[in-house]
Amino acid sequence: MVKRLPYLLPLGLFLVLSAYFAVGLTKDPSIIPSALIDQAAPQFDLPPIEGGKGAGFSTADLKEGEVSVVNIFASWCIPCRAEHPNINRLADMGVARVYGLNYKDEPGKALAWLNELGDNYTATGADRSGRVGIDWGVYGVPETFVIDGAGRIRYKHVGPIIDDKLETEILPIIEQIKRDGS
Amino acid sequence: MTAELGHFALTLALFVAIVQSSLPLVGAHRGKSQWMAVASPAALLQFGLVAIAFGCLTHLYVTSDFSVLNVAANSHTDKPMIYKISGVWGNHEGSMLLWVLIMALFGCAVAAFGGNLPPTLKARVLAVQALVAVGFYLFILLTSNPFDRLFPPPVNGQDLNPLLQDPGLAFHPPMLYLGYVGFSMAFSFAIAALIEGRVDAAWARWVRPWTLAAWIFLTAGIALGSWWAYYELGWGGWWFWDPVENASFMPWLAGTALLHSATVVEKRDTLKGWTILLAIITFSMSLLGTFLVRSGVLTSVHAFATDPARGVFILVLLIIVIGGSLALYAWRGPSLVSAGLFQPISREGALLFNNLVMATATAVVLLGTLYPLLLDAIGGGKISVGPPFFNAVFIPLMVPMIAAMAVGPLLNWKRGDWRAALQRLWPALLAAAIGGTGAWAIVTDGPFMGIVGMTLAFWLGAGTLVELAERMRLGREPLSRSLSRLKRQPRASWGMTLAHFGLAIGIAGMTGAGAWVKESIQVMKPGDTTMLAGYEFRFDGARAIGGPNYTATAGQFTVSRDGVRIGTLESEKRIYNVSGQPTTEAAIRTTVAGDLYAVIGDRDAATGGFVTRLYFNPLVVWMWIGTLVMIIGGTISLTDRRHRVGAPQTRANPPARAQAAGAD
Amino acid sequence: MKRKHKRLTFVGLGLCLLGVAVALVLTAFEENIVFFHSPTDVAQGKVEIDRRVRLGGLVETGSVEKKPDAVTAFAITDGANTIPVTYKGILPDLFREGQGVVTEGRLVAGVFRAEEVLAKHDETYMPPEVAEALKASGHWKDGGPAVGAKDGAAYGGKPGAAYGGAAYGDKGADAKTGGYGQ
Repeated sequence: MVKRLPYLLPLGLFLVLSAYFAVGLTKDPSIIPSALIDQAAPQFDLPPIEGGKGAGFSTADLKEGEVSVVNIFASWCIPCRAEHPNINRLADMGVARVYGLNYKDEPGKALAWLNELGDNYTATGADRSGRVGIDWGVYGVPETFVIDGAGRIRYKHVGPIIDDKLETEILPIIEQIKRDGS
Repeated sequence: MTAELGHFALTLALFVAIVQSSLPLVGAHRGKSQWMAVASPAALLQFGLVAIAFGCLTHLYVTSDFSVLNVAANSHTDKPMIYKISGVWGNHEGSMLLWVLIMALFGCAVAAFGGNLPPTLKARVLAVQALVAVGFYLFILLTSNPFDRLFPPPVNGQDLNPLLQDPGLAFHPPMLYLGYVGFSMAFSFAIAALIEGRVDAAWARWVRPWTLAAWIFLTAGIALGSWWAYYELGWGGWWFWDPVENASFMPWLAGTALLHSATVVEKRDTLKGWTILLAIITFSMSLLGTFLVRSGVLTSVHAFATDPARGVFILVLLIIVIGGSLALYAWRGPSLVSAGLFQPISREGALLFNNLVMATATAVVLLGTLYPLLLDAIGGGKISVGPPFFNAVFIPLMVPMIAAMAVGPLLNWKRGDWRAALQRLWPALLAAAIGGTGAWAIVTDGPFMGIVGMTLAFWLGAGTLVELAERMRLGREPLSRSLSRLKRQPRASWGMTLAHFGLAIGIAGMTGAGAWVKESIQVMKPGDTTMLAGYEFRFDGARAIGGPNYTATAGQFTVSRDGVRIGTLESEKRIYNVSGQPTTEAAIRTTVAGDLYAVIGDRDAATGGFVTRLYFNPLVVWMWIGTLVMIIGGTISLTDRRHRVGAPQTRANPPARAQAAGAD
Repeated sequence: MKRKHKRLTFVGLGLCLLGVAVALVLTAFEENIVFFHSPTDVAQGKVEIDRRVRLGGLVETGSVEKKPDAVTAFAITDGANTIPVTYKGILPDLFREGQGVVTEGRLVAGVFRAEEVLAKHDETYMPPEVAEALKASGHWKDGGPAVGAKDGAAYGGKPGAAYGGAAYGDKGADAKTGGYGQ
């Protein structure tokens, strides 16, 4: 056994290190973006994209009793382009209001982008400085939030809604909120 | 279509790798030669398929096919061709593809040139190699597919970060990867040897060239990265001990140790278990380096959470590969019997000392790199561990090792005489004294470490030359005989001499640039002058210029010394058109004594002047020269006769041996 | 020497080296670890005077002021508290008002003297430490509850993030770090 000890030592050290990491990773509360869940959406009032249609949107729009989806997007963001057809599809379904939050973008480019890919948003707000994004806890684009009729955040999705994520993640949440509400 | 073809080829490569990792392993265990024979053609086929996949991705980049997500996210039509190509590996998905390509290339090389390997060893090496590759293929195909399509395609791409559009950095990742993946060969050989339960001189002779090749590439890769940071980032520094640099430095430290311990296994048939362990550690560090850097976890543990699929996959893969091989080591390691005995003071002892220091240094760098993550993971607060920590720990560890480095090669195998070695080293002692005093006399206000560094550099440099002179028997035999001895030196010995001498040059450079740097920050209006380290920098003014995909403000400086004009420096502040991202181009003029380095900053609205940052970085060029000498040394050693032919054939060269014996 | 003794010599040497390394690491940790603090920590007196620390937050809008001798004065805020900072030298290319920033230096007489200003090579990126500091301070300048600004990788950020990924940090790290941009 004593002879084996030096050979077991490296494995032991490695296991201790990986256990430490594994425990640390699972313990960390911020792994699941729960900090936002069931909190009221932040206070904001965004103007529309300069030169675009509509009147922007604000916190008040999210409290009108209907389920809404806030989609953070930007013309410089390639994954946004990948998910946008799904966002349009969601808006067409009419199950929720779909708001677009245009994050740190130039108005001209953003409008051209929406023109090319289609703009089915209920309304779009421009967050040129990214300040509202901070309140929303945006750390990468795209991100999508589902908000209930009382203006509370119920779900957050980081990254593009591609593949079957609309059907498997977003729509079930919307349905559940509607069920809970009734 | 190209993207689908690439995806298909990659999927096929996965299946070939699965076959290559299973059949030969079972065949070697059961003694079925047909099953073992599958390994070689499978390795060739696997390489062919990955090459097709890689070719497809390159084609997509070259033709700017933005219907592919990866291309759209990382390329742009206006980008010069070289950066379109380097864009292939300038992103996560593409770099993983490059990794498997190199891995398959090395496997292919074993299949093609490993004819004289024992069949079971060859089969097992290729199988282990393929097993690791399977993990990578799965990782790419399941979580990081570079061939994903994007619909509708954008008109143009997002462009590569302008900082990365640089020749130094275009070839930095492939070099690093050639190094990292090269260590996978040492790893595969180590695991195969553990399965076989046999490690001998022939095994070491096979492992050494792979390790050496990997070490050369890694050295070059690290140097390129460091050089890039030096001239592109505009901070005047060349090594920042940041996690990304550490990630490539750890395998280098462990690999250097492996290189030396493999020599002991080859020459003296001992230190076997330790060498196997080092091979496993070196490759583990390579994996850790790749994944930690690529996953972004180095900067925040929570990066794993952003893309859980990727994070979990990486974690599981690391645990399987590292944990699995260490478990195998714990199980089979004790059966490796070392034969050669040696005294603590001996060549083996010196090499072991080198190994212990290198391993300790690796552990320390690993700790410093991971500690902030560990602390963060348990909610212990945010800290950063920077250069002061690493300098305080790393340098004291290196000092005794470099001191011993001049003595080690003069000791005999088995039993050495340190007094005799030190007596022969008197010229080195003298040189060290001259170097240290010289440094103290020339740079009177420098830190103490500057003197220590120069003393060590001269000690090691002269000590290496003394050892060469000893081998020539210079002064003890007629000059003609000494010269003919010099000519007969095996290339591996030349390799060692050059590598050690290169390090001595490098230490001098690092000492100069680290300890004696002079820096000055000020606002300068056109016509203003600043004195720095005896040089007069005159700011001539700034003008607007344009480049292929950027516009810039260029500031010109005229440098003179004692009234004699030396030349002009032009530093630029560029704004790239596509991303609007600014970058700084430092102006550097290299001289033997040091680099003149100037950076232009923002315009000061009040005075109309510009903020300028001027440096005098002494001896920097010697750092690059030293590295180059080390690389040349490694390359010469790689061409040594005994690496070219297989292990048993070395004996089939009786004339050389007889000659050597006769001369002794 | 007997074989066993020789072995002991090396084990002893190894242990000695390990001991030296541990001692070095511990003293170096003691002296050279740099803690991250928010402006609120500074205001509450949690920061040791004259120790090298990092201070992070947002560069307060309107606070940047060029002083003579290449010195720049600005203020770092986390919403709750604001700390004046001075820095001599060339600011990073992406240093902007209203953006997240991390500085390293010492607190001298109520003013933070930065010796280094670390800014990300990507304007859409928020340093994780800063995001957390903002979260901890509980609110943003214009009021409104800041909900969970969280850290992590920039998912599909601008070019910098596409390669730089989650990297924020020391100097070269940013651009050299591998990427996440999908």
